[in-house]
Amino acid sequence: MNKKISLLIVDDEESVRDSLYNWFLEDGFSAACADSAASALAMIESKNFDIILTDIKMPGMDGLELLRRIKAIKKDAIIIIMTAFATVDTAVQALKDGAFDYVTKPFDPDDLSHLIRNASRQIMLAEENTQLREHLKLENVDDIIGNSTEIKQVLEEVQKVAVTNSSVIITGESGTGKELIARAIHANSPRRFFPLVSVHCGALSESLLESELFGHEKGAFTGAIYTRKGRFEMADNGTIFLDEIATISIKMQIELLRVLETKSFMRVGGSKLITSDFRVICATNRDLKQMVDEGRFREDLYYRLNVVNIRIPPLRERKDDIPVLVQHFIRKYCTAMSRNPVSIEEGALSKLQEYDFPGNVRELENMIERAIVVGNGKEIRIKDLPLLKETSQTLTESLEELERKHVKAVLEKYDWNISRAAKALQVDRVTLYNKIKKYGFKENS
Amino acid sequence: MADMTIKLLNYGYFEKKMLSELAVGVSSEFEAEVKIVEGYLDLNAYFDAVRKQYNGNQILRYIDSHDAADYQKLVGLFNVDLFIPILTYIFGQAYLGGKSAIASGYRLTNERYGLTKNEALFHARFLKEVNHELGHCFGLIHCHNPGCVMQSSTYVEDIDQKSPHLCGNCRNLFHEGNR
Ligand SMILES: Nc1ncnc2c1ncn2[C@@H]1O[C@H](COP(=O)(O)OP(=O)(O)O)[C@@H](O)[C@H]1O
Ligand SMILES: [Zn+2]
Ligand SMILES: [Zn+2]
Repeated sequence: MNKKISLLIVDDEESVRDSLYNWFLEDGFSAACADSAASALAMIESKNFDIILTDIKMPGMDGLELLRRIKAIKKDAIIIIMTAFATVDTAVQALKDGAFDYVTKPFDPDDLSHLIRNASRQIMLAEENTQLREHLKLENVDDIIGNSTEIKQVLEEVQKVAVTNSSVIITGESGTGKELIARAIHANSPRRFFPLVSVHCGALSESLLESELFGHEKGAFTGAIYTRKGRFEMADNGTIFLDEIATISIKMQIELLRVLETKSFMRVGGSKLITSDFRVICATNRDLKQMVDEGRFREDLYYRLNVVNIRIPPLRERKDDIPVLVQHFIRKYCTAMSRNPVSIEEGALSKLQEYDFPGNVRELENMIERAIVVGNGKEIRIKDLPLLKETSQTLTESLEELERKHVKAVLEKYDWNISRAAKALQVDRVTLYNKIKKYGFKENS
Repeated sequence: MADMTIKLLNYGYFEKKMLSELAVGVSSEFEAEVKIVEGYLDLNAYFDAVRKQYNGNQILRYIDSHDAADYQKLVGLFNVDLFIPILTYIFGQAYLGGKSAIASGYRLTNERYGLTKNEALFHARFLKEVNHELGHCFGLIHCHNPGCVMQSSTYVEDIDQKSPHLCGNCRNLFHEGNR
């Protein structure tokens, strides 16, 4: 958010004022406090506040009267009424008199955060309108690096699609920056005041995925003391990012389609229908259309998700980006490790530009990080990029030869402790014994 | 920042192993020496009978009254349900730019939400919570960079969405503010 929003807290109870004051400072707002309606009015005369939060019951002038007085001078003031004892009558009165919202103390932390985001959104959007700002410029994309026409084209598509509410599928090999692009879309959309919630579908089993996505009700099963929000609920007013969408089961595909169509669902163990207003962005490194043709991905879901498709080309198709990415990652990791920035040898850079990067930008990033760790602190040299050297050698090695070397290395690492070595290799002990026999390994050989 | 010391005061009966893991995570994030100290405190004094929770404001004030001769920052580690008057619960809180913070593991376990116990996940969440509150002690405010530990988290799934680390931006602010 570009502008600091200012808040005035009006409450006669010091502990409430202090708690709210701290909360807002930590959240990046500028905040002030008043202990009575009268002193609030005096403060409002000399300073403009974007949001005013006031208690109802205070000695002297009460919160409802304060609301009416402020509204009389400043019609569009955003005033939130807080009360310890909500009654329908006062709530109706407050809203009639123009309160932005009416809330009961104490708040659920998440409700307070949502309330303030809502109010902030109203302020920011009003501001944008008065400035007649058109979405001509992308913001919050400083971390997307690249000079190539390919990446510029991707950013153009991001800009076009961001302001719409359409579902988007981002395709590209692993490590090409799909999540980064999803964030950029969200950050440039009118939903940016609310969260972008990510789900890594591939990492979750089917039953876990269900509870992750939909949440569960208090008491849904033994030990469920608290209600748990699912990702769809967390993404209310925001965006949900479903990574590795191709990995979900057919059953989940049906569930997902239903939620996308109705924008409503039930928490596990619940009977109340919950609605959530979210936008969907998906990512995959697979050819979904082909999966549809093979009957492994539902066609109806495919069409619902695939309203807009953004393809990110692999790094080897946009080698112009490599030098700027290298500079970017050097800066990033030298800062993170509190080191002076290093340079890169000409030869090392051209080696990188010759390389194919099957792991794309993520692989390049890891390589640079590692090179800074092992390097001489001044310059990245070819020998600091051993992955490159190894791949060119090992590319001619057979799988068997690679296995032989790897198993041997792991055995030595664990001092021939078979259980631990087997665990590290993710095989059972019998399999490991067979490999030892097959390759004729002996301890200390 | 060579001689920064952060003290972790264990009021939650957490195990040594978990605490030393925590210390490693805190130490590397804030480039500081971390000391773990056992704390003794009668929490009854801070129990609110109506809310059946412990008053986080009062506990933080108590922690902050400690003599700060041998450390720069102090985090009290608890295992009880904390609240502040205006919120139904908190995971922890800190004095912004101050020297003290508190964090509780109470609402960070899977069991509390009816899910299978996951010790590693609990430790990860606790580290994130402690680093977050320490970030506030170092003057950092909430950050909107996805993955940054200074993102605001209002429920436990929120915590899972972020890393235990400061983003580049927050790290720069941390360095600037604590030179
Ligand atoms: N154009 C880019 N500029 C800067 N960093 C990038 C770019 N593309 C990818 N990265 C980085 O590479 C890593 C992998 O990106 P990610 O979005 O997770 O890829 P994917 O989701 O496609 O696997 C991340 O650390 C990301 O920040
Ligand atoms: Zn915080
Ligand atoms: Zn940050």
